[in-house]
Amino acid sequence: MTKSFVGKSIKRNDGLDKISGDQKYLDDLKFGGLLYASILSSPHAHAEILNIDIKEAENSPGVKRVLTGDYHPHAMGLYLGDKPPLAVQKVRYYGEPVAAVIAKSKADAEKAVQKIRVKYKKLNSVSSSRESLKKEAPILHQNLKNYNHIPDVVPQPNSNIANLTKIRKGNYQKAAKEAKYVIKEKFKFPPGDHVAMENRSAVAEIKANGDVQIYSTTQAPFVVKELLAFNFDIPTGKINVIAPPIGGGFGGKAGLQLEGLAYILSKSVGGKPVKIVNKREDDMVSSPGHIGLEANVTITADEQANITGMDLQYYFDAGAYADYAVNVSRAAAISATGPYRVDNLNCDSYCLYTNHPFATAYRGFGHIELAYVIERSIDILAKKIDIDPVKLRLINAISKGDTTPTRSLMDNNTGDLKACINKTAELINWDQGSVVKIDNDKVIARGMGLLWKSPAMPTNTDAGAILTFNNDGSVNLHNSIVEIGQGTKTALRQIVAEKLQMPLNKVHITSEVNTKTGPHDWATAASRSLMMAGRAAINASEDAIQQLKNTAARVLRCPVEDLTVAEQKVFMTDEPNIFIKVRDLCLGYVYENGNAIGGQIIGRGNYIARKLSSMDPKTGEGRPALEWTLGAQAVKIEFNLRNYSYEIKKAASTMDVGKVINPDLARGQVTGAMAMGLSFARSEGFSFNSSNLVQNDTLRDYKILRYGEHPNYYVEFIETPQGDGPFGARGLGEQGVIGMPGALANAISNAVNQEIKELPLIPELIYKNVKEGHNDD
Amino acid sequence: MMITYKGNKEISLKINNEIYKVVVKPNETLLNILRDKLELTGPKAGCENGDCGACTVLINDKPFKSCMALAVEMEGNDITTIEGLKKTEIQKAFIDKEGYQCGYCTSGFIVNAYALLDKYKKPNEQQIKEWLNSNLCRCTGYEGIERAVNKVIDNR
Repeated sequence: MTKSFVGKSIKRNDGLDKISGDQKYLDDLKFGGLLYASILSSPHAHAEILNIDIKEAENSPGVKRVLTGDYHPHAMGLYLGDKPPLAVQKVRYYGEPVAAVIAKSKADAEKAVQKIRVKYKKLNSVSSSRESLKKEAPILHQNLKNYNHIPDVVPQPNSNIANLTKIRKGNYQKAAKEAKYVIKEKFKFPPGDHVAMENRSAVAEIKANGDVQIYSTTQAPFVVKELLAFNFDIPTGKINVIAPPIGGGFGGKAGLQLEGLAYILSKSVGGKPVKIVNKREDDMVSSPGHIGLEANVTITADEQANITGMDLQYYFDAGAYADYAVNVSRAAAISATGPYRVDNLNCDSYCLYTNHPFATAYRGFGHIELAYVIERSIDILAKKIDIDPVKLRLINAISKGDTTPTRSLMDNNTGDLKACINKTAELINWDQGSVVKIDNDKVIARGMGLLWKSPAMPTNTDAGAILTFNNDGSVNLHNSIVEIGQGTKTALRQIVAEKLQMPLNKVHITSEVNTKTGPHDWATAASRSLMMAGRAAINASEDAIQQLKNTAARVLRCPVEDLTVAEQKVFMTDEPNIFIKVRDLCLGYVYENGNAIGGQIIGRGNYIARKLSSMDPKTGEGRPALEWTLGAQAVKIEFNLRNYSYEIKKAASTMDVGKVINPDLARGQVTGAMAMGLSFARSEGFSFNSSNLVQNDTLRDYKILRYGEHPNYYVEFIETPQGDGPFGARGLGEQGVIGMPGALANAISNAVNQEIKELPLIPELIYKNVKEGHNDD
Repeated sequence: MMITYKGNKEISLKINNEIYKVVVKPNETLLNILRDKLELTGPKAGCENGDCGACTVLINDKPFKSCMALAVEMEGNDITTIEGLKKTEIQKAFIDKEGYQCGYCTSGFIVNAYALLDKYKKPNEQQIKEWLNSNLCRCTGYEGIERAVNKVIDNR
């Protein structure tokens, strides 16, 4: 009888380490002979650097070296190489690193950095993405035409457009002409931060033989390794990047972060190990954060409430550097419409330079942003048509046989979005009404938001897995998924245990990623780890099983196909009492006379994304999406009409994630994501003064959801299998954030009977929106 | 009278029932000393501004953000870090109810919840909220933490 591990709520493998304070993160590790760096950052949003005087800093106690931008004045990046490690000639955002001090101790470095004197000439700054497109706006990157970029990104030199992705599908003009209902809306929200609890850090060392060793709080150690090789002209094999478990990433630790800077710092002191650790304020504004957005949305519908067309302009606020943000704007175009059947679509998704802190990947990667504007628009359309917004969603929900904005077919693996909508409506008691008065001051309000997401990855995204054995018959799964709290390593152990029919405690897994010893893996991002590394782990298990059988067949003198591997034995399927233990086979079988055969078993498995293609630059046609996760979310709030405060009472999610490998861990990913999406919409985002300086760069002023502000969570899964996923699973790590902002804003709009079109939903902003709404009437 | 310190000072700290002699500068926080000099890295430097609670330790059984305490003032106190808690009910409940994901806030949360459950046998919802809202978690949405605390209470 086979034992089942998949589909069970197995406890995480890192529990005892994490509840005892034993888990070591990068800043907890000790390094011999370490030097420390401290960074001077820009006090201006846009200024020319006239002069930097480092003399006094150089003479400060303990200082080894002081560096400025001219040490390595080259722009680097992943998708669009536009950012030097230290500012060159100009600073483009508040918090931009300008100079670095390397000293014997952290205290020495921090003291010396204050002795650097910089003379700036302030320049006019660009304060929003719409403003960046105006004629009079300063061009922030004069050198845009010379930057390296991937072919799928289309920068427009002599403008602030770092990327423009266009989608043209069907005939929108015709749809608009024939429409019965049209809504036209504008939305906006500011950039913000991920607020992973662990601040970013990196340690770089160049050994005597030229080997480069980087420790980093990275979600993408192989990306770091390959980018360092490319940008510093080092053979890739000479670089090793080590990623210990990290204290949350949420996209903010993908791409290149502090590693390039750490490398040049180490190089400048003869290769000695140098450590940079962000302080919270640096982590929030110097390092990249969450993208901002302004959007125009026009939706057309026919008499029967079928959506016939969408005309969308997304103006993403990438901030001062757009390296990663260009791909966020591309992802938002791929999924531009939200999970709706839209046959006629115009979408222009712009990634724009402004003088704000720069943006990178953020949980949901373009989707949380577009979902906010689309889900708000759907509710506005429902009011125009005078139809229940849940019913409108059911009528237009995308399903099998429809096509995506890039004209990819929603195939047999398409989840059941209508079932998700119905289930979520039930969980939130939608039938009790979208607004219900409790007393003179308070109402209960409900709102829904749908979600969909596909990973916007390179077409050749891959994963690998290697299985080695110990002489007790247990197995080690070598993998290159970074432990960021998501629990993928536990799910991978379940997959290997299931395949090898081996007790879970006999499946060990590597916790840190080492790019020299681990298999290649694109990045722990895009909710693709379980799907891809899971497939690789299945392959590696099957490979190991075959090898075990091969050696056993020789010893047992029987055909290979007569054998089964289970319970740490290889036995004859029809005569199970004839067997050899795995531990007697896995490092080679030894006969009584000492002869040995077989050698050690090394299972290998790989996976590479299938059938992905680039997009047509004029129409967006192509196949950029590996799989789609669909879902419906809703909230119930209690809203005070007197002071515009509110409590989020209930939040519900139903997602079609294919096979749920570990229900408890899956629920944890979804509740965590729901909280993050609600927090973002409720109270997050940078506040800027008139000079574009961030006013809330501490956790005291930048409000994320606290204990007790969280709602009761209701989480359900629908399990339409993903044919090419491991055991039918698809991605679920990010998705839970996506529908929440729209759902919350819809509930609040219902409560105040006015259309809210901005974020964050703090009482002041709601009040302002309501007041402006009335003025329009 | 204000106590003034100049230069380095050797102090002795009682941490997790052990006495540590350590030389500190007057501007060093308890968190700095725990992490950098005593290799007690369970408490984390999440913000060093008293906002996130990742550095929470117990000072005479009361939760305290160790980034907000000067080490030099800590002599004569009984300090407990996460390393000093062994297999307590709340730690087991954090595993059982998925009270953690990335684990970075976990030390601080557990220390705070431990003190709460030490002071009150069965704290009510309002008390739990008042205590635990001084710590931030970005991964869990707090459901697992809430369930872990409630599990300990329900078992009493």
